[in-house]
Amino acid sequence: MSGRRIFARPARFAAIAPYVWMVLFFLVPFGFVLKISLSQTAIAQPPYEPVFDLTAGWTAIQAAFAALSLDNFKLLVSDDLYVFAYLRSLTVAVTATALLLLIGYPIAYGMARLPKRWQAVAMVLVIVPFWTSFLIRIYAWINILQHDGLLNRILLALHLVSRPVVWLSTDTAMYIGIVYSYLPFMILPLYATLAKMEPALEEAAADLGAPPWQVFWLVTFPLSLPGVGAGVLLCFIPIVGEFVIPDLLAGSNSLMIGQTLWLEFFTNKDWPVASAAAIVLLVVLLAPLLLYERLQRRQLEEQ
Amino acid sequence: MRKVSRLSRFNVASLALGLAFLYLPILILVIYSFNASRLVTVWGGWSLRWYYEFFDDRAMIEASWMSLRVAVASATIATLIGTLAAVALSRGERFRGRTLFSGMLYAPLVMPEVITGLSLLLLFVALNAERGFWTVTIAHTTLTMCFVAVVVQSRLGSLDRSLEEAAMDLGCAPARAFLSVTLPLIAPAIVAGWMLAFTLSLDDLVIASFTTGPGSATLPIRIYSEVRLGVKPEINAICTLVIALIAVVIVLASLASKLSSSRGESAAPL
Amino acid sequence: MARSAGDAHPAAGEPLLRIESVAKAFGTFRAVDGVSLDIKAGEFFALLGPSGCGKTTLLRMLAGFESPDEGRILLGGKDIAPALPHERPINMMFQNYALFPHLSVRDNIAFGLRRANMARADIATRVAEMVALVKLEGLEKRKPDQLSGGQRQRVALARALARRPQLLLLDEPLAALDKKLRESTQGELMELQRRLGMTFIIVTHDQEEAMTMASRIGVMKSGKLAQVGAPRELYEAPRSRWIAEFVGDINLFDAESRLRDGHRLVIGTRDAGTLVVAEPRQPLGEVKFSVAIRPEKVKLSRRGPVGEAGHEAAINRLDGVIADICYLGGTTTYRVKLDTGGMLQASVINSARLDVDAYSVDQHVVAWFTPDDCVVLPS
Repeated sequence: MSGRRIFARPARFAAIAPYVWMVLFFLVPFGFVLKISLSQTAIAQPPYEPVFDLTAGWTAIQAAFAALSLDNFKLLVSDDLYVFAYLRSLTVAVTATALLLLIGYPIAYGMARLPKRWQAVAMVLVIVPFWTSFLIRIYAWINILQHDGLLNRILLALHLVSRPVVWLSTDTAMYIGIVYSYLPFMILPLYATLAKMEPALEEAAADLGAPPWQVFWLVTFPLSLPGVGAGVLLCFIPIVGEFVIPDLLAGSNSLMIGQTLWLEFFTNKDWPVASAAAIVLLVVLLAPLLLYERLQRRQLEEQ
Repeated sequence: MRKVSRLSRFNVASLALGLAFLYLPILILVIYSFNASRLVTVWGGWSLRWYYEFFDDRAMIEASWMSLRVAVASATIATLIGTLAAVALSRGERFRGRTLFSGMLYAPLVMPEVITGLSLLLLFVALNAERGFWTVTIAHTTLTMCFVAVVVQSRLGSLDRSLEEAAMDLGCAPARAFLSVTLPLIAPAIVAGWMLAFTLSLDDLVIASFTTGPGSATLPIRIYSEVRLGVKPEINAICTLVIALIAVVIVLASLASKLSSSRGESAAPL
Repeated sequence: MARSAGDAHPAAGEPLLRIESVAKAFGTFRAVDGVSLDIKAGEFFALLGPSGCGKTTLLRMLAGFESPDEGRILLGGKDIAPALPHERPINMMFQNYALFPHLSVRDNIAFGLRRANMARADIATRVAEMVALVKLEGLEKRKPDQLSGGQRQRVALARALARRPQLLLLDEPLAALDKKLRESTQGELMELQRRLGMTFIIVTHDQEEAMTMASRIGVMKSGKLAQVGAPRELYEAPRSRWIAEFVGDINLFDAESRLRDGHRLVIGTRDAGTLVVAEPRQPLGEVKFSVAIRPEKVKLSRRGPVGEAGHEAAINRLDGVIADICYLGGTTTYRVKLDTGGMLQASVINSARLDVDAYSVDQHVVAWFTPDDCVVLPS
């Protein structure tokens, strides 16, 4: 039902402060990223040129515009280092998201089938690790996975291996870290849709002769697709740009794009290339971002 | 009501394994923070040695202090602005640029932090702002207010709109209806939003690395640079302290929201 | 301040509430489409209609949550369009009660009084009075989630009545209660309304509820008022076929021909042969029409009416066999397959405990009814 005009006007005033804030600190900065991605590096402060100086007069600004170029983007496309970094980011994100779905779904499903009272407890239990620091959780895994760490000592004690296995600086360690960090983001949207589902639907399917696995595939899973979509996007998008986990847990021979960007920025001090890398990353993620935004808005409108 | 019998053995197993996976690493970390041995993985008996070491480490203490101040300041600003955003989204009808508005609020939730961090840094450089406490606070506010908005908005959305109408029907002007009925009912969500913003800020490495200046490192930046050099038992102790702090904040906040929801109107200042 | 538009007392003979060709559209959908209605002080008025007919939108315009696109709403002769909900001397009982979950029963009832800046002591007195009125003594400190459905309904009623509004709006007030509780609450609401002498407007989709409680009913269909009248008028003299079918059960036979015979019309139907009906007050135009007869007006017997053979012309007599039987306790509804082809429902009171009078399926019966019991309705 619409037509609740009375509340609309004060609510519109409420929008002013957050609107201004987000335009200033979220939207406008992208303009700067775009502008600097078209500039050249320079040994100066700030380390790029041209620098727009509005006080320098019209001709100077025109000259500054003329100095902008697409060179950085050409570099990104031609240099294998960057192309591989993008490809690796996408591969890692797809693999990790699939793993997350595979591991998260049974957990969410188990939660949704708990008695109502226990569902709330399980929900808190899943959220609490999310509150504890991201960095700390990665660090906890370094403790476990290092050369003389707990995992190797257990494996040795059980005589499953004869020599310590190298876990750190491998893709396995990275995937463990990613799954561990993003698991709540996968579980919560899945749980939300599964818990909302009418139990009578599954019962009706069983009543009509479907064995349990068919009940799951023909009724439960298709109905949980909105949750699957939300969970997948919520994990996939940030994993593509992930920096900390690959940096601490994966080897340094093949980098993800987040690491490349970090390296260009902090080590090489090449701000323009870093900006260009960010712009390309943004373009790659634009479709999933828009999809995610649409999903969120539809969910809001359902309420 | 669901019946317990709906729970299959597979469900129980996946729940138990999932929770063990989530909790064991943290538990191990906490236990090892009390390890007397210098070798991180050899158990040398219980000791508080690494906690003393941390309290003697001036750089770490300074970084912790910086992180706490940034977390409190940014969480507070983010809660204020994020709640306003939530109200605008769920109570305002279509206004100009509403799609852009909701897009700007949802995008940072999933936007890779390297992009957000880099773009904010370039803004601060262009504005010639001195980098330090305030730039990190603004950057964290920008990120965390979106989380606050989502948390508060989902509570507002599930709130029965006829409650506000009933308040108006009984003589409240719209703003008053919001203050005396809506606000008390969404207070738990606002508190939860603040907590979330606080912990996210305390946790953030990437955005802080971009937006801070020399000499004002936050705790995650310090931990990160230590961890890159290898595992140090002192880090276990710091991490345990951070976990303890967050646990205290969660308990306090849930107590506060329980109190506020059980308090009658006669006791409320409004 | 809370009553700036209030305390307007209608002049003698003037209605308390006057709704003048009010319309409201949501997008292209006209929810309320030109409704005009007068309601006198002290009336118990029911807005009845199927879901989506616009009755709730009309109610929400009276409360001030929607503003009309066209038309005026006058309370005591004054246009209340500019007044916001909190400025109107009108209170509403919400469909799901909308009790404030964070406030106790007492604080819920006192909520509106506090907004009117009443003195503390007066508030306490008024709350106690209201609690007693709806029989909630001893529950004042409870929170809404600690109350049963019936108790919640009473709190909502007390809260809406506490400000002594000139007009009380009730949006499906009994929809959430089970049948037994609903029936006893209907009685209590009527009693309360009579005792307080207040004006009630109730919105409901349940025609029995409207008939039981209201002194006057407005039936709405697709945003328009289809008919306004006392319950008996709606039932016995419906203005259209739609209303006849919406309010209670009815047998309908499409007319194919007609012939005037004094004050009677002789009408030929396809399904029920020739029927004699009283001439309607309004002359029938050239429109198509049907003959309608309520099931309880149809009498059944094994051999037809006794001793009235001489008046055969004045009686409609139809032969048929019982097709099925629906036993409802107090009454039994028989469906009779007429020899002329149609179906006829007859409702018979079970006045005796032993079923000596009952008919069985496939039994031959004669159904009969008088011309005055028939209504002619335009289709």
